Amino acid sequence: MGMTISQKILAAHADRKHVEAGELLNCRLDVILGNDVTAPVAIAEFSRLGLGRVFDQESIVLVPDHFAPNKDIKSAEQCKIMREFARDYGIKYYFEIGQMGIEHCLLPEQGLVGPGDLIIGADSHTCTYGALGAFATGVGSTDMAAAMATGEAWFKVPESIKLVYHGHASRWVGGKDFILHAIGDIGVDGARYMSMEFTGEAIRNLSMDNRFSMANMAIEAGGKNGIIAADEITLAYIKDRVRRPYTIYQSDPDAVYARVIEYDVTDLEPVVAFPHLPENTHPVSQAAGITLDQVVIGSCTNGRIEDLQAAAEILKGRRVYPGLRLIILPGTQEIYLEAMQRGFIETFIRAGAAVSTPTCGPCLGGHMGILAKGERALATTNRNFVGRMGHPESEVYLSNPAVAAASALTGQITPPWEV
Amino acid sequence: MKFTGKVHKFGANIDTDAIIPARYLNTVDPSELARHCMEDADQEFPNKVKPGDIIVADKNFGCGSSREHAPIAIKGAGISCVIADSFARIFYRNAINIGLPILESPEAAAAIQEGDTVEVDLESGKIKNLRSGEEYQATPFPEFMQGIISQGGLINYVKEKTES
Ligand code: SF4
Repeated sequence: MGMTISQKILAAHADRKHVEAGELLNCRLDVILGNDVTAPVAIAEFSRLGLGRVFDQESIVLVPDHFAPNKDIKSAEQCKIMREFARDYGIKYYFEIGQMGIEHCLLPEQGLVGPGDLIIGADSHTCTYGALGAFATGVGSTDMAAAMATGEAWFKVPESIKLVYHGHASRWVGGKDFILHAIGDIGVDGARYMSMEFTGEAIRNLSMDNRFSMANMAIEAGGKNGIIAADEITLAYIKDRVRRPYTIYQSDPDAVYARVIEYDVTDLEPVVAFPHLPENTHPVSQAAGITLDQVVIGSCTNGRIEDLQAAAEILKGRRVYPGLRLIILPGTQEIYLEAMQRGFIETFIRAGAAVSTPTCGPCLGGHMGILAKGERALATTNRNFVGRMGHPESEVYLSNPAVAAASALTGQITPPWEV
Repeated sequence: MKFTGKVHKFGANIDTDAIIPARYLNTVDPSELARHCMEDADQEFPNKVKPGDIIVADKNFGCGSSREHAPIAIKGAGISCVIADSFARIFYRNAINIGLPILESPEAAAAIQEGDTVEVDLESGKIKNLRSGEEYQATPFPEFMQGIISQGGLINYVKEKTES
């Protein structure tokens, strides 16, 4: 019986030729990630082991991005714990303010993750790296702590759902819409404990940035990981970035899937998720007219250069709707710099947007754009749970960057072809 | 391990932002986290919860972020056990890793009501509703995880391994 790409990666990291869904494996890890929310908890747990060393100084990545630059004294203390740990234990990949970015934009950009890798991160959107053909999954801080000591973690070999995307998407439709459409279809627990494997013509034609957006939201369907087999587009992206050896895996033709779902994206409209779950999806034309107080463009889902480009094309030479707050957060310093060199930042500022240094910020209701009671936002982020961006009685709608930018011009949710 | 406690009932897809809103994630102190536990799902919860109480919820409990603060807040609030129709993957993993007892039972989740008193036997997975007298059987833990639980969590488990 054949194996899926996810099963092959797990098997390879457990020195096994063949594994089957449901088996429990102890696997070697290539990368272990933590941030300023989860790493301090992991560090406290790690200290209880009394080891005085980590298993490998080059496999651990620490990024202060959630409440950083420190939003208050408590956050400053959390970041300090992480910074001191990185220094004391010789962690090679600790990214200080000024070099950091949102972790899931930063790690691929810095070439720290590559095809065939097995990666855990104490952050649920660690699944983003599946876009490179890696097996990447979110875990908790205790898992991170144990992994820093042993370089290993236990996994239950998952079943896979294959999502096949056919056809050619229209100009305003991309990875964000593909994944929201699937979550709307199968629900927020539709892929619980499972791998989501994205394939088909429409995926093969998709840019890396769009693929990251898709894999990023596998967790929003309850998925353990999202994965796209590496191809020429992947190889072009990692070419000058990944400096370690990597392996490209493909699913076997006779691999077994729990479910195969086929979509045709030819007539797909941009998708908007209504409060308070990512599964509450509607085509943008059905969302038109919903008034907004704030629009946020950024996050590990849509804070990459192509996302900023899509927004800049729409905002160029125009002004944000009076009274609406448009906040734009480039995902990393490198993205910020490129956006500046290409004139996007000037476009944003002239349009009346606030542009921030890279941070998670408002995505998790942390800082840099919290919503008051009764306020409504449209965001390119990945979650619209109750209270996610601020007051429990505020509302968050989710969309792609083009819809977000168009809506910022009109003050209401607007299809991009209408501005 | 056996527990008896009063039930607080919740619906489906209770996410980690509802269990502990991100605005409180700048601390890892269990008692401070407990003060805001479940407050975006039920504002009164932190005031009315008593040590030993049990949470019963519908499907996909704990979906969303990987924050271990979620099970820590629940444990910190004194909850002895969470019973749900199903759990989100990372929450399930985290609860076991920090030693918060959880049980999956769609039957129990459907039948048990707010305010009921239930008795839970973690080893056998038996859940008894003392109001109705009904019994439900939860999915027992895989053997591998029983090892982690019997050591009192993942860190002790690893400690054992790295020392031996
Ligand atoms: S941008 Fe949002 S979803 Fe992504 S890591 Fe940061 S808080 Fe999490």
